[in-house]
Amino acid sequence: MGFLASVGLNDFVITLMFVNAILAMSIYLTLYGGMFSLANAGFMAIGSYVSVILTQNHDWPFLPAILAGMVAAGLIAIPIGLPVLRLRDIYLAIATIGFVEITRIVILNFDKIVDEVYTRLHMTSEPPKITNGPLGITGIPVQTKLEHLVIAVIILAYFMMRMHRSRFGRALAAIRQDENVAASQGINVVYYKNVAFVLGAMMAGLGGGFSGHLSRIIQPGSYGFGTAVDILAYSVLGGISSWYGPILGGLALTALPEVLRPLKEYTGLINGIVLLIFIAYLPGGLGDPALWRSARKSASRISNFITKGKTADAGA
Amino acid sequence: MPVSIDFPISKLKSFGVTALVLIGIGLLAYELPDILGKQVLNPEQHVTTVIWTGSVYSLFALGYALVFSILGVLNLSHSAVFMWGGYIGVMSVIRYDIPIYYTLPLAMLGGGLIGVAVDLVAFAPLRRRNAPRISQLISSLGASAVLVSLAQLEFGTSPERFPRTELKKLPYEATKAREYTVNSLGLDFRITPLQIAIIVIAFALMFLLQYLVARTRTGKAMRVVAFNQKVAGLLSISVGGIFRLTFFLAGALAGAAGVLYALAYPSLTPFTGDEMALKGLTVIVLGGLGSIRGAVLGGILVAAFEVYATAIGYSWLKDALPFVALFLILLFRPQGLLGEANVKRA
Amino acid sequence: MLVLKHVSRQFGGLMALQNVEMHLPAGNIIGLIGPNGAGKTTLINCMTGLDHPTSGHIEFNGTPIEKKPAHRITALGMARTYQNIRLFGEMTVLENLVVAQHGLGRATLADSLLQTPRHRREIARLRDNALQLLKRFHLDQSADVVAGNLPYGDQRRLEMARALATNPKLILLDEPTAGMNPVETTELGEQILRMKADGKTLMVVEHDMSLIAQVCDEIYVLNFGQIIAHGTHQEIKNNPVVVEAYLGQEEGA
Repeated sequence: MGFLASVGLNDFVITLMFVNAILAMSIYLTLYGGMFSLANAGFMAIGSYVSVILTQNHDWPFLPAILAGMVAAGLIAIPIGLPVLRLRDIYLAIATIGFVEITRIVILNFDKIVDEVYTRLHMTSEPPKITNGPLGITGIPVQTKLEHLVIAVIILAYFMMRMHRSRFGRALAAIRQDENVAASQGINVVYYKNVAFVLGAMMAGLGGGFSGHLSRIIQPGSYGFGTAVDILAYSVLGGISSWYGPILGGLALTALPEVLRPLKEYTGLINGIVLLIFIAYLPGGLGDPALWRSARKSASRISNFITKGKTADAGA
Repeated sequence: MPVSIDFPISKLKSFGVTALVLIGIGLLAYELPDILGKQVLNPEQHVTTVIWTGSVYSLFALGYALVFSILGVLNLSHSAVFMWGGYIGVMSVIRYDIPIYYTLPLAMLGGGLIGVAVDLVAFAPLRRRNAPRISQLISSLGASAVLVSLAQLEFGTSPERFPRTELKKLPYEATKAREYTVNSLGLDFRITPLQIAIIVIAFALMFLLQYLVARTRTGKAMRVVAFNQKVAGLLSISVGGIFRLTFFLAGALAGAAGVLYALAYPSLTPFTGDEMALKGLTVIVLGGLGSIRGAVLGGILVAAFEVYATAIGYSWLKDALPFVALFLILLFRPQGLLGEANVKRA
Repeated sequence: MLVLKHVSRQFGGLMALQNVEMHLPAGNIIGLIGPNGAGKTTLINCMTGLDHPTSGHIEFNGTPIEKKPAHRITALGMARTYQNIRLFGEMTVLENLVVAQHGLGRATLADSLLQTPRHRREIARLRDNALQLLKRFHLDQSADVVAGNLPYGDQRRLEMARALATNPKLILLDEPTAGMNPVETTELGEQILRMKADGKTLMVVEHDMSLIAQVCDEIYVLNFGQIIAHGTHQEIKNNPVVVEAYLGQEEGA
């Protein structure tokens, strides 16, 4: 841990890296089914606010509250997914961005809306303050521990790994490659798309709950367009050709600006340039199996060279 | 995905839709107070505000529409080019004492060049290896991050504006609101000459673009490239050249919109673009992805949502309304108000 | 087996299909021919649920299917191939056939994610079926090849195998000989006759009259979205309307 801390990765950052790994996996699920959905920032917000409100205002214990946030995100995903998933490509992306922004704005103005409802219904009692507008909910005790996240990531990674060879995963892959043919082979496209969307939403809700209990404060501003595309970037730069790509992407892209922090005002610039280089020169992302194969090959070539004093190419 | 550059629904139909929407906007200005039982001052005023802010939105959003229709990708760095356009305008006055008139062509040139640079750095390498569009989206996002960081390094984060003294030097006391009355119609509104100029410049540029795309040889080549790059290659159209031209034009539009925005609002920061990005996307989806006329109508609509939401005292609805409209449009008419439905091919 | 009554499909102002009446009796091979742009693919799309008729009825073994989604129709026992090959190009040959049997599996989502014994048994069963099909189409050597990298002829055969994998009663073949040489075409004809012998009903959409002559019991001729003739190969060959629609176009081309 000493070394990690010395390059800027303190406990908080490491925990955040794992939160973002969960978020990256959440969008991977929909991408795997060929859906270009950016809705997960919205589900993250829902998971975050629901779980924090439960622990702060209703004295729920931490884990049940987190799970409730996850379920809430999943439930809201159902009525959103059914109409929206008929759209494809960029249209789906923009519609889901619309959802993210609407969610953010509703959370931002939730107290005003409640207030308005109280006035309209002529209720005399004082309307409660729930989301507390742009200031957000503050003073949240830190309850998310690295252990929680490591366990969650391992469980989810196991599901992801299994998914590829499963009936569910193959159906999603078929839908991604050709939706119409998939339907003609007996795959219920609408069902699988929605299941993937809801599961992704639940994962995002889980990530949101963890992040809400990590940083002492949650504000609607942290769950907008920027977050939506960040989550996408984790997954795409990590690589969507393997189940571990998104995890690597989430970990690496969260760590990157922290590691670059000594560059001070140049942090943002270098961060952007590194992103550009990644996407231009690692077509399959960090988790590209081919990349790792070739890395292993060159590693073994080097070790061969060291042990036998000749190149491995001669034997190949 | 088949993309179209302004092959909208029939002219008559698009004219009809536009007229209906505009009449709707006009009527709402008068009817909203009655409907909601709230006092709204000076409805004409809202219509003018809608038109001049809307024209800036449209001009900005056109850049998205242009790139999307020719390349089929969303260029998320467009908003950063817009912000740079604004800075080029403001800073050339502040740092180099260049008269305000020259800032518009300067920013357009600068924006265009930045646009081409973005293409070279963020899109061209990916196009060469046929990367999925989703990678190109992320790449443009990286370019946007770089542009925003560069602006932060160069200009800092405190808001900048065209100096008041320079604005005062403009003829006709451009920044002073004037009352205009159309007696015969009983209309009465206030507008500054500067705002009139903004409207005129924005619409002129949009007409120029429409002319370029619809009437010139270059425009024809652009439409062929949008339709099918292979066919374009066979016709010995330089596809790469058209791409660069597209990015230059989009960047120039962003630059112009940036200057007009900076003239209208005295608060330019490196993050101004981020706020506009979503508005721009909403505008082109409402109007119809890839349609020039649609972008104009979409800009007016988004401005109308904002102005009316504020006027009736629900300013918090201001940000939500465009997205609600966007959501509904995508669900019921994904091709947008003036877009053409993708013809299904058997 | 499949009955079409007054089926029409309109795209905007264009009548792609107009009052199409067809009857595909069980156990027969029906040919559907017609010049380019006659509406053949639109017709197949309407039968398989990828598209839906604007008006008219389609009955499959007595069940109305004109409004059903594609996966339901597949479950009822209809399968198809595509004019331009549409394999799952990123999957291996074997995976293509496993995913093709999706409708025959019963494993739930939880089975999938938890890898229950039930799921494992099911996948094993589907793999066995797939391997048998591969043998039948002489593709067993390429089971682990990524489908997109197969040679063209193998891709065509894999598509046919994939259609059979859903265990269909009726198979629609959309221009199966496109890009094939005469030897391959004859081989394909034999495969088709073998499917008939196995008790399948087939519809073959074709340009190539030699295959039609080789295998079809009855032929329908479609032109400008309308059925202009129906009968045996002999009857069709001598029908002046068909000759004009078909040969006239060829001479013009």
